[in-house]
Amino acid sequence: MTISGLVLIELWKRKSQLITGLLAITLGIAVIVAIQSVSVVSEQNVARNLDNLGANILVLPQAASIDDYYTSDIDAPTLPMEYVERILSSTIAGVDNMSPKLTRRVKVGNQSIVLTGILPKSEIASKPLWQSSGLLGKALTTACAPSQSTSKSHWMEDVKLQRRAIDTLYSEDCLAGSQVAKKLKLSANSRVNIMGKEFNVLKILPETGTVDDDRIFANLRDVQKLLKIENQVSAIEIMGCCNAISEGLLGQLRNILPDTRVTTIGQIVSTQIETNQLMKKITLVMLIIIFFVGGISIGNYIWANVNERKREIGILRMMGAERSTIYKMFLLKALILGVAGGVLGFILGTLAGVILGPYLAGIIVKPLYIYLLWSILLSVTISLAGSLFPTYLAAKFDPHSNLQED
Amino acid sequence: MILQGENILKQYLYKGGLINALDHVSFSIEKGDFVTVTGPSGSGKSTLLLSLFGLVRLTSGSIVFDGNRIDNISDRQLTDIRKNSIGYILQSFALIPYLTTIQNVMIPLALEKIPGKEQVKRASEILDYVGLSDRMEHLPRELSAGQQQRVAIARSIVHRPQIIMADEPTGNLDPALSLEILEFLKKINRENKITIMMVTHSPVAAAYGTMKLHLNEGKIVHT
Repeated sequence: MTISGLVLIELWKRKSQLITGLLAITLGIAVIVAIQSVSVVSEQNVARNLDNLGANILVLPQAASIDDYYTSDIDAPTLPMEYVERILSSTIAGVDNMSPKLTRRVKVGNQSIVLTGILPKSEIASKPLWQSSGLLGKALTTACAPSQSTSKSHWMEDVKLQRRAIDTLYSEDCLAGSQVAKKLKLSANSRVNIMGKEFNVLKILPETGTVDDDRIFANLRDVQKLLKIENQVSAIEIMGCCNAISEGLLGQLRNILPDTRVTTIGQIVSTQIETNQLMKKITLVMLIIIFFVGGISIGNYIWANVNERKREIGILRMMGAERSTIYKMFLLKALILGVAGGVLGFILGTLAGVILGPYLAGIIVKPLYIYLLWSILLSVTISLAGSLFPTYLAAKFDPHSNLQED
Repeated sequence: MILQGENILKQYLYKGGLINALDHVSFSIEKGDFVTVTGPSGSGKSTLLLSLFGLVRLTSGSIVFDGNRIDNISDRQLTDIRKNSIGYILQSFALIPYLTTIQNVMIPLALEKIPGKEQVKRASEILDYVGLSDRMEHLPRELSAGQQQRVAIARSIVHRPQIIMADEPTGNLDPALSLEILEFLKKINRENKITIMMVTHSPVAAAYGTMKLHLNEGKIVHT
């Protein structure tokens, strides 16, 4: 038998007390794990939804109107193409894709349409609905999204290479939105004359229900030449990581592009930021409550245990147990309680998240195993902190006075 | 000589005044003695016992154990002496309630960090010696008072101490069981040459002593 063995035997023989001692800390850890499990999955879901929406940051000239996010680039003042390079050459994290574009209203025959010059691959990458229609390009997810089904080139080590925009739409080709195609009676491989230049309609874009349905897209360089607005763009759409946005991506962009307006799909992003912040605050409040309630609960349990075992401590001290042995006995017990509380709390919290997540938040929650480690660390810290003072008093007990009670 | 007390004074502060629990007590105990300490309640018997090995610090005087002065050494050194050289038997048996008989007996060996197998071997031998080999897995509450005191005796000798301090070891037992326990102590004293220092109220128990100290108001009135 060892002192550790003595602790284990005592715990095992007094199971009901053990359960009582564990209850508060287990429930506390469970609540934190449940909240965190749900909020992390919720954040991931919003990030995924933002991906599906496509670009979520718009860089416009300072004088442009942003009354309508989706049409604010039409006929807007321009900004230099060099700004794309400026973003590319920066080390700002969270910029996952950029689509510079130049947009103007033009006449085709007697019809007024919107012509937009794009860099096709980056434009396609930022438009999930285009990707699903079988157009070029693979789906691009933000770096903070949970599943990254991106092309390998996007995940190169060099962050600048990850953002390289590739121009592959040939000079004579264009893409037509579904509504403008109906209006101009266009079909795939038909031809359309825009401002004296013949374009081959490479593909009719799927209906998206957005302003894109009313646009004809052609190569940015050709549109710049056609409109005689060389090296200028009317907007740069950016797919920004949601977390990066909440952590100051917009400010960083404004710093390197001082004479522009940098805006977001404000409501969605701000809602997400508010939700994330609320969850963080709730978790912090819970953490403080758990620390005190759990610590006091464990401390109370250990103190009751110390009082109950005064005679035992006296006997052990009389037989030659050092103060350090008494410390070891009670702190080891607290450590075991901490580990058990952490593991049980993780299991209970995860189960609560998995079971209640779909009902309360409409999301499917999967176990986050890294939280097992955090649960144990937190629980052990609380347990040891709560036990220190009672253990100190136990080690200070005078064996003589405790044995005199005999 | 195994234990010598010289001019031991132990004072307590009580209601603003000093009480002499031990008043300049001196004695010498030889190895293998069976010492009984008697006296009325409050005469200082238990204080003497506790003072001898640092459970109560002296006000003045000296104690020499096995040739070394121990009244002025550190707590840690006293703890080591208690762990290695002294066995204790108390009136209430002082067994740990959630440990089995053999586990209770193994405690002094565990404190000495003796390997597990050796602990089991030595505890089994001692329990056989005190006639409890068939009760090794019983909890204290499953044993009679006499059996519990025999477990306490087994625990007090399992680590082969030089001296056993017994504080009213028969105080909770009926006369028949008391005699049984006293005979056991006598057997241990004779067969193992372990010195025994026993505090008792009982004249029957006191008669077992080869050396008798009688205390009254903190003083040894006769030996």
